[in-house]
Amino acid sequence: MKQRLLSLIRKEFIQIVRDPRTLVLTLIYPVAMLFLLGYAITNDVRNIPLAVLDRDHSGQSRALLDAYRSSDYFKLEYYITGEDEMNYLIESNLARAAIIIPPDYGREIVAGRTGTVAFIIDGSDPNVAGTALTAAVMVGQSQATKIVASRTMRPVQSQLPVDVRTQVWYNPGMITAYYMIPALIGMILQFLTTFLTSTSIVRERERGTIEQLIVTPIRSWEMVAGKMLPYVLIAFFDMVEILVVGVLLFNVPINGSLVLLLILSCLFLITTLGIGLLISTVANTQQEAMLTTMFTLLPSIFLSGFMFPLAAMPTFLQVVSYAIPLRYFLIITRGIVLKGTGASVLIPEILALCFFALLVMAATAVRFRKQLD
Amino acid sequence: MTETVLLVEHLSRSFGDIHAVKDVNLNVQPGQIYGLVGPDGAGKTTALRLICGAFKPDQGSVKICGFSLLDKAEQARERIGYLSQQFSLYEDLTVLENIRFLAEVRGMAHDEWLPRSRENLAFVGLDVFKNRLAGQLSGGMKQKLGLACALVNRPRLLLLDEPTTGVDPVTRQDFWQLVIRLAGELGMAVLVCTPYMDEASRCSRVGFIRKGKIIQEGTPSQLRQLLTGRILELKGDPVPLLLEMARRDTDVQDAQRFGEQIHLRVAEGRARTVKRRLDREIRSSGGTVRSLQEIPPLLEDVFIELAGTPQEARDE
Repeated sequence: MKQRLLSLIRKEFIQIVRDPRTLVLTLIYPVAMLFLLGYAITNDVRNIPLAVLDRDHSGQSRALLDAYRSSDYFKLEYYITGEDEMNYLIESNLARAAIIIPPDYGREIVAGRTGTVAFIIDGSDPNVAGTALTAAVMVGQSQATKIVASRTMRPVQSQLPVDVRTQVWYNPGMITAYYMIPALIGMILQFLTTFLTSTSIVRERERGTIEQLIVTPIRSWEMVAGKMLPYVLIAFFDMVEILVVGVLLFNVPINGSLVLLLILSCLFLITTLGIGLLISTVANTQQEAMLTTMFTLLPSIFLSGFMFPLAAMPTFLQVVSYAIPLRYFLIITRGIVLKGTGASVLIPEILALCFFALLVMAATAVRFRKQLD
Repeated sequence: MTETVLLVEHLSRSFGDIHAVKDVNLNVQPGQIYGLVGPDGAGKTTALRLICGAFKPDQGSVKICGFSLLDKAEQARERIGYLSQQFSLYEDLTVLENIRFLAEVRGMAHDEWLPRSRENLAFVGLDVFKNRLAGQLSGGMKQKLGLACALVNRPRLLLLDEPTTGVDPVTRQDFWQLVIRLAGELGMAVLVCTPYMDEASRCSRVGFIRKGKIIQEGTPSQLRQLLTGRILELKGDPVPLLLEMARRDTDVQDAQRFGEQIHLRVAEGRARTVKRRLDREIRSSGGTVRSLQEIPPLLEDVFIELAGTPQEARDE
């Protein structure tokens, strides 16, 4: 029994090594993906190109523009003279926002009244628009506070009746990469492992080698385990790779227990490898297996909380998300990496993953009857 | 009394409404080579797959050395060597790695399989290629490797599914010499499916399968005797005329041209009548008959008789 399993694993390894292209792809793909996604998926909007229509040209207007410039949110790229020019710049995406300072701005402020400026934002990309809106208001308010202070010649002290003091925990810099990279571990591992195993049993069927396997005394579960274990090892290596790159390149701090993270990752890997094997027992051709894998995994991008917060979704979709193993793993990785969460807090998620792993393995062993038909 | 290696009783399997295998019974003894012959689509491969356990039967039982394939599958399978019709070994593994894998999963230890596979590779003549990838072997060599793998754990029962289809005549000869030696020297029981009658005539017993049923069974000579006195050989000129006249005769069931001669199969007890009548008719139509005489039937003739015309097969 033990020998049969070992022989199966040995055979899989020989086959993996004999196919160096797939192997290299398997080892390079995760880091390449991390690199790509790590840089691309970021909500930290900076340097929004801003068009400036300054009709005032006073010291006051220059002070206001300096405030925007030094905020980092905006890059003052275009100094224009008319509204036509502004329309053109925004339409052609050269500028994503514009500020219009009216001719009487400086005079009004000097006279102790309120100077009004217009701020136009291109709302076609809500992400950029949101940041631009907040930044525009924030910078304007702080400039206003400064002006009030200079008028009264003393610091403004809590003129506001409510003083909200915010404190951001775990990721004070609110750096998106810190939030995304732990999730990317789950996402990349899920795709890689499911794809790897989804073709493995179909391949035996397509090449006719299954016929010889069936006639041997190998048992179904030995077959399933023999197909899975080599890939657990490869996937585990991939995961370590992602973690190392995440820490070294993106400076993601791992606040929690690394050991716990690795153990729970294995649990998740068994589930995703199992899903691949299950697909492999159902599909008739490798192509069919690939497509099925694609369709099975795609919803998880949107429904696992990877990109969009689950809390913001309609109840129906939130319920659906409970059926997606990645959902639980993302809570685990983000928890351990960012918050340093311990196992006791993660018990519901761990139980859910155990449940999925068992379910998928059992379904695969049942599906993989040692028969040709 | 020798123990029965393969005992098949009332084996049946259908796919949808097609009865691929219907109530097949087999009994194969050690040292016996049992040939399963029949036209394409008769159910030979399905029968073999049922016997090796790749398909589950709807009805009936398969026992290998007394172990039922249903509830003692592991013991039963350990005693089977199976060579499927298409190559079913790993093309990305070397010759030796393939043998090793199949030996180990059949429960052989390292000190057991290594000498055995050396021996087997030498036996099939592949020892010089032991480190070559199986995918780089020629068709005949692949079949020999398949045989070497099937033999590695010295099975009691060897199942061969059209092992020489697409293999050159010399390799075919080699292959059969090997099989005959295995049965003779080691007392292995062999069950072989084949479309070739020259191969069937090498078997100790032949079962003729048609539409999933074994309709005739016996030694090759017993089967040939079925047609004794019913096969005539006709020689003369011109051959096309002779063939046409023969086919027109109501008592001639089948007329086949073999080069310059024609083989006729006639209805039972009608050989004398046909000889007289055909001779007369050919001469009166301007042809010449050099000889028209009874010859001993070939297994080929029996096959054609049993397979029936495609029309008959459909009408049944």
